[in-house]
Amino acid sequence: MSPAPLIAVIMLAPLVAAAGCLVSRRARVTEYLNLAAALIDFAGVLRLLPIALAGPYVFWGGYIIVDALGAWVMLSITAVYLLASLYAIGYMRQIDQPSRLHRFYALLAGFALTMLLGPVMNNVGVYWIAIELTTLVSTFLVGFERTREGVEAAWKYIVVVSAGISLALLGIVFFYWAGSLHLGPSYNLTWSALRAVAPQLNPTLALAAFLLVFIGFGTKVGLAPMHTWLPDAHSEGPAPVSAMLSGALLNTAMIGVARFISVTDATRLGLMPRTVVVVIGASSLVIAALFITRQTEIKRLMAYSSVEHMGVMTLGLGFGGPLGVAGALYHMLNHSLNKSLMFFGAGDAMHAFHTKRIMRVRHVLTAMPVAGTLWILGALAITGAPPFGLFLSEVTIMRAGLAGPNAWAVFVMLVLLVVIFAGFLNHFRAMYFGESSGTEAPAGGWKRQPGTAFWCLLPMWLAILPILTLGLWWPGVISHYFAVIASQLGGGLPP
Amino acid sequence: MLAAHLPPLAASLFSLLAITSLLLAFVMLGSRWLYEYMLAFAAQSWLIAILSAAVAYYGGYPELYGIAALTALFRGLVLPYLLLRIIRRLEIDRELHELLSPSASLVVGALLVVFAFVVSTHLGAALGLAGTVAVLALTVMLSMKLIGFLMLMVRSEVVSQILAILVLENGIFLGSQILVPGMPMLLELVILFDLLVVVACFGVLVRYLLVHAGTSSTRELTRLTG
Repeated sequence: MSPAPLIAVIMLAPLVAAAGCLVSRRARVTEYLNLAAALIDFAGVLRLLPIALAGPYVFWGGYIIVDALGAWVMLSITAVYLLASLYAIGYMRQIDQPSRLHRFYALLAGFALTMLLGPVMNNVGVYWIAIELTTLVSTFLVGFERTREGVEAAWKYIVVVSAGISLALLGIVFFYWAGSLHLGPSYNLTWSALRAVAPQLNPTLALAAFLLVFIGFGTKVGLAPMHTWLPDAHSEGPAPVSAMLSGALLNTAMIGVARFISVTDATRLGLMPRTVVVVIGASSLVIAALFITRQTEIKRLMAYSSVEHMGVMTLGLGFGGPLGVAGALYHMLNHSLNKSLMFFGAGDAMHAFHTKRIMRVRHVLTAMPVAGTLWILGALAITGAPPFGLFLSEVTIMRAGLAGPNAWAVFVMLVLLVVIFAGFLNHFRAMYFGESSGTEAPAGGWKRQPGTAFWCLLPMWLAILPILTLGLWWPGVISHYFAVIASQLGGGLPP
Repeated sequence: MLAAHLPPLAASLFSLLAITSLLLAFVMLGSRWLYEYMLAFAAQSWLIAILSAAVAYYGGYPELYGIAALTALFRGLVLPYLLLRIIRRLEIDRELHELLSPSASLVVGALLVVFAFVVSTHLGAALGLAGTVAVLALTVMLSMKLIGFLMLMVRSEVVSQILAILVLENGIFLGSQILVPGMPMLLELVILFDLLVVVACFGVLVRYLLVHAGTSSTRELTRLTG
């Protein structure tokens, strides 16, 4: 069965919703329009998953590819989109800007659309354009609240990412050039064409090209030292946007990294590209550990945790093999759900205490008993504590690393994860059980606006339950799925 | 590939156009006035359009004539016009506090070109293309990339930063015309269009910056750290 109609539905739903939001302009209508698109997309991707397993399918002039890897990334995107759309209803109603709300939902739906385009792009150049589009749409979501800090973050975001991603374009031109020496001057630069020609590519040029695309897309993934836009953008956007940026956007760039690694495996470069990937992954963990321990703002704490987890995923992809790929992709879904929960909790805390500073937030459980409980459970999960999903995926990635030639990175990863565990949870200890410093906002006096509690709490439950389930039970069907993806990616380096 | 088997006249023409484009990047580097940056960028875009047409003529890629026309239209006219509107909206028409003076940036820029030349020579030698226009194209491409990044670093006016990013893109476009003239048309079209959207987005953001941050200098954007 061809997935073409399904893809059309998945792409059209947010497009129609965005157009509808701009036309109707009524706050209540637009929030449900966007939610409907998110529901359709999530259901559509659930339906797509089993179909994609039999793929890869290539259609519409060879520009669209549906494969297991793309479908898996789309699952994480639509899951976050759905959660963020639910939460946005509660969150945005508490922000007093109803006259601009239709633009917010139009942008949110448009952002989801651009992110869903990335994983299904078969042409490497068009994939680059899809990634560029995500930046352009999300910049305005980051700056949506029009505060001084918000606009500053939006500016830094678009400049740093545009400059970084232009390196990726240069790398793609290099790949095209290297391929044109064997395939003739005009051909379609698809992922499969690139992989097929990879063994013939000139190693020097292929290495230069890979480094450029890795640095370029690595900027978008938020890998250190190209992560500088990430904490600003994540901390200044409204909470649902932060969740989308962290849980969905970074993954759409990660799929490019995964596909390019599979290309370089087929070249004559040997271990070199994978070592570069592992080193950058490890450096992201170092940066994240340093900034997490000394962090003073709630949402920046979550943002650096994203840098950490992107580093972990990159390590998984860099170690490679069936185990590394499985760990990285399991980590991707778990992280998407978990980081959404963390940003939702942070959004609630910011509404309750009217501050972003960790120092001024105390006795969270008194102010928000239910959301507070879910938030601290999420904090345990995100630091990799059992019995949550991220523990399993991190252990899997470490096992993959120990079996490979870059085993040193496993020890680095282990030490840094312990540092991050202590540093991250220390902030939560202070916020939940810390002594009053006398400057904090009053606890207990906060009441949600009527009608928003359901929308704020439902997505938090919907996030924590799967993380817990996936931590206790790694379904066999998912293992099978990852095995298929790993074999399509080439199963790592030949020995 | 095309660049390896060019008639001497074509090779000289390509070299002339590429080197003049690089010189225009240096004009931007050596000036403080935003208006001059914009003019240099427009002239550079026109040169690239001529280059596309030349490649179309000598390489036998008729579709590149279309790209040449669109490059001249979008990069040579529309983008400079949009930039001009942004410059007019600002109260400021020159860089005030650059990190590195124009003369010093010229020196650094020259060093970057040397670096780009070394890298390109190595790549060219590895591909057996030493001494051809390909090496020159690669040098110009990488130099413009590095100069764009240099401008991003040392210039703080928002218009300078937008132009720096456009120089990054111009470098890639120029190099790809010579190195991969057969690159699918659709891709180049979409990238041209994408550039237009990028500049439009930048324009809106500049307005937000002026209204909500009260500045057009990125040096003032210091609220978010750590």
